[in-house]
Amino acid sequence: MEKTWNNKAWFMVLPVLVLVAFSAVIPLMTVVNYSVQDTFGNNEFFWAGTDWFIQVLQSDRFWDALTRNLIFSAIILTIEIPLGILIALNMPKTGFGVPVCLVLMSLPLLIPWNVVGTIWQVFGRVDIGLLGYTLAALGINYNYVNNVFDAWVTLIVMDIWHWTSLVVLLCYAGLVSIPDAYYQAAKIDGASRWAVFRYIQLPKMKRVLLIAFLLRFMDSFMIYTEPFVVTGGGPGNATTFLSIDLVKTAIGQFDLGPAAALSLIYFLIILLLSWIFYTVMTNSDAQS
Amino acid sequence: MLELKNITKVVGADTHIHPTDLVLERGSLNVLLGPTLSGKTSLMRLMAGLDKPTTGTITFDGKDVTGVRVQDRSVAMVYQQFINYPAMTVYENIASPMRISGKDAATIDREVRKAAELMKLTPYLERTPLNLSGGQQQRTALARAIVKNASLVLLDEPLANLDYKLREELREELPKLFAASGSIFVYATTEPQEALLLGGNTATLSQGRISQFGPTISVYRKPADIVTAKTFADPPLNTIDLVKSGDAFERDGITVLPVPAHLSGIADGAYTIAFHPHHLSLARPHQTAATLKARIIISEIAGSESFIHVDCAGSRWVMLEHGIHDIEPDTAIELFVDTRHLMAFGADGRAIGGSADSHTVRGA
Amino acid sequence: MARINLDHIRHAYGPNPKKPSDYSLKEVHHEWNDGGAYALLGPSGCGKTTLLNIISGLLQPSEGKILFDGKDVTNLSTQDRNIAQVFQFPVIYDTMTVYDNLAFPLRNRHVPEAEVDRRVKEIIEMIGLSDRAKKRAQGLTADQKQKISLGRGLVRSDVSAILFDEPLTVIDPHMKWVLRSQLKRLHKQFGFTMVYVTHDQTEALTFADKVVVMYDGEIVQIGTPAELFEKPKHTFVGYFIGSPGMNVLPARIDGSSVDLDGQKVALSFAPKIAAGAKTELGIRPEFVRLGREGMPVTISKVEDIGRQKIVRASFANRPIAIVVHEDGEIPAEPKITFDPNAINIYANSWRVGGEA
Repeated sequence: MEKTWNNKAWFMVLPVLVLVAFSAVIPLMTVVNYSVQDTFGNNEFFWAGTDWFIQVLQSDRFWDALTRNLIFSAIILTIEIPLGILIALNMPKTGFGVPVCLVLMSLPLLIPWNVVGTIWQVFGRVDIGLLGYTLAALGINYNYVNNVFDAWVTLIVMDIWHWTSLVVLLCYAGLVSIPDAYYQAAKIDGASRWAVFRYIQLPKMKRVLLIAFLLRFMDSFMIYTEPFVVTGGGPGNATTFLSIDLVKTAIGQFDLGPAAALSLIYFLIILLLSWIFYTVMTNSDAQS
Repeated sequence: MLELKNITKVVGADTHIHPTDLVLERGSLNVLLGPTLSGKTSLMRLMAGLDKPTTGTITFDGKDVTGVRVQDRSVAMVYQQFINYPAMTVYENIASPMRISGKDAATIDREVRKAAELMKLTPYLERTPLNLSGGQQQRTALARAIVKNASLVLLDEPLANLDYKLREELREELPKLFAASGSIFVYATTEPQEALLLGGNTATLSQGRISQFGPTISVYRKPADIVTAKTFADPPLNTIDLVKSGDAFERDGITVLPVPAHLSGIADGAYTIAFHPHHLSLARPHQTAATLKARIIISEIAGSESFIHVDCAGSRWVMLEHGIHDIEPDTAIELFVDTRHLMAFGADGRAIGGSADSHTVRGA
Repeated sequence: MARINLDHIRHAYGPNPKKPSDYSLKEVHHEWNDGGAYALLGPSGCGKTTLLNIISGLLQPSEGKILFDGKDVTNLSTQDRNIAQVFQFPVIYDTMTVYDNLAFPLRNRHVPEAEVDRRVKEIIEMIGLSDRAKKRAQGLTADQKQKISLGRGLVRSDVSAILFDEPLTVIDPHMKWVLRSQLKRLHKQFGFTMVYVTHDQTEALTFADKVVVMYDGEIVQIGTPAELFEKPKHTFVGYFIGSPGMNVLPARIDGSSVDLDGQKVALSFAPKIAAGAKTELGIRPEFVRLGREGMPVTISKVEDIGRQKIVRASFANRPIAIVVHEDGEIPAEPKITFDPNAINIYANSWRVGGEA
């Protein structure tokens, strides 16, 4: 169906466009500016060309961080998407349970990133945190400050706790839009629970799943606050993701040129991967 | 007067509306008749100003309104789905267009009660739409369209979601409403019977083209081409491809039908011959009726009449016969064609020789 | 295929029904023959869909039993009842091919693949979609999708009954004719037990051997299309079947003579009527003859609907509809007569017979 045609509507989005220009386009251009020049302060700039880009791409630091990012996103997606679907499938579709479940699901989404970090930081502490203390009492040697594995597990559990709800809510919206007749027909056709999922629910959830997948990929790939608050990138560099590395470079070392180049590379990686996912997933939809 | 001049609508690679000219007079009822996706809704959206035509102009009373938004035009629309404000009472629903246009309370009250009376909604004014039956919900939507007093009222299959009998009742009331106001009414439907019951003018649509526009009964009786004849036939039109040779319509050199008087003037050659199911019968209806041999496919009984599907020399036809005739499938029968009502169409699909019969054309 | 017994079935949606008005479906007690085609006809809210859902097992009746071939299936689930159903909106599995859609119910039941292939090929031929077997079902038109829904029912050799819930709602008028006649022919050939729910009298009458007319949770009449048309048991049936419906006129009856506000009509029988009953005469518009002799009428409107004309007139101070043939003429001083064999007499809305 076509949209209503009305030129005046453009005026309504003009403020947003201006805002986006100031908040995104201009800073982005500044970054581009930094990435091709060198400066030692005093507003003196020297042309650096692609030097910073080459420097970043040749550094082990960059590739290590990128690998961590990819592994982290892969783990997050393989857990959150199926888990989200599973929870959505088991949510009630009628009755008073619906609003209860929806509110419960929305709660983690309402908590700011840094607060989530702080909550888990405290929660996991061996001395005063409930989780850390309990684990220690059970004889499990858990310490996210020193142990690489524990640090990763903490970050992954945090992210799952924080963001699976989003996948659940999106999937749930897709599920409730399926007319009852489909379920009745499936019953009559003697379809198993798995067949109902595979041939009715999954196809109908496809569009929302695509959105959930992209959102979760982009968000997890850009993770910053949680490791910043909880692990600070450590132990060692074990949880130093691209975003953390970027901040370290830019603000910690004040290497604006390489930081700007890294930002742009980071930005392009996200854009490229999102585009690849989108194309692959929508193409498989169009095939018939 | 609403005038569409050379209107087209192209969306991407699809042409929704091919070049169309149409003139609708004030106070007229115009039916857009065609199957799903034939362009009825697209055309209505263009008329309303919800979509902008790709080419062409739309004028209203001589004034160009092509670029004018729907909000700035005097248009009311009723859809197949029952669209009302769910939180408002029926009274407030009907009053809403007048509240927007800022009428005074006394006028609003008078108009609402008048429309409610017409639409038999008076006992339900204080209820909310969700506590009403489908028929009452659609009556509310119709009442709202009436009080708006718009110069153009568009009804997009308004009765499609209602029970058969409710449709019958509303269909009888609607033309009365139309006659009372001076608005232009446009009514889209997929059902030929509905167009005939409503009367007025009919434009037959097929694949984004208006094939004919004129008084409903004359479009039905004298279709200009085979597309119109097929669109405007329920039960479906019976057709057979034959060659005229002198005073006979032949196939492979064998006479199938005699040439009736009203077609005697047409040139020899290949034609598509068509006629309505009620001009086919089991008993000889008339001296000049032609006899054919056929095989029964299936008989359907509809109370007072029977729809008998037959295979006649490879053509699949429907016969509409009075009374109950439950003939077993595959029975060989003899049937009669009332040749006075035959229509002939040339290779280009145009009607040839004025498919005239004894009927006088009654206009709207 | 099976014989269906509805044994004293009642259904209420609310808990603890007491008054008859608490029941959406009032008592239904009938036997439906194996291989019969039944239509449940009535306006929205008459209980026809409730009854269909009770037969399919999507709904448990509050009271009574349902038997297939004498076996009590009241507590069996939909799967275990072996029924097939075609819904109002076509249900197809979008991501599967047409072939796989049809094979789905068989594969779910672990039928050997060779048998699946044989059945599916047979059905796909029957519903005329052979050339699309390997295509995805997604891009098909509404009528083709509806054929697949039907095919998924037909493909199983063990179905007890095929149920239809207003299956032609989303189909264009021209395709309705094709689908309806194909369905009827399939029924003639293979003799499935079929139950068809609709509000459209044409669909009900053309489809069914027996039409079940429902009104306000009750079955008002079960009969062949001809019986419903010629001898409606209740004035509601007279109104609901036929287009326009039956003319129902208040009448005073004295022996075998009827007085319609001054106009006298003689009957071929003397109806037996209890004292004080409200009496009416019913005559279908098709059986009112318009001519130069008989009782005077005032014509208010003539609707020319192509193959016939519907004359709206006033007779004995009541509106009356008269059907006139396409070529029929309308005299200047119109008068009407009633076909004596087509007159029905009603007392308190129910048809009364009598001795000839």
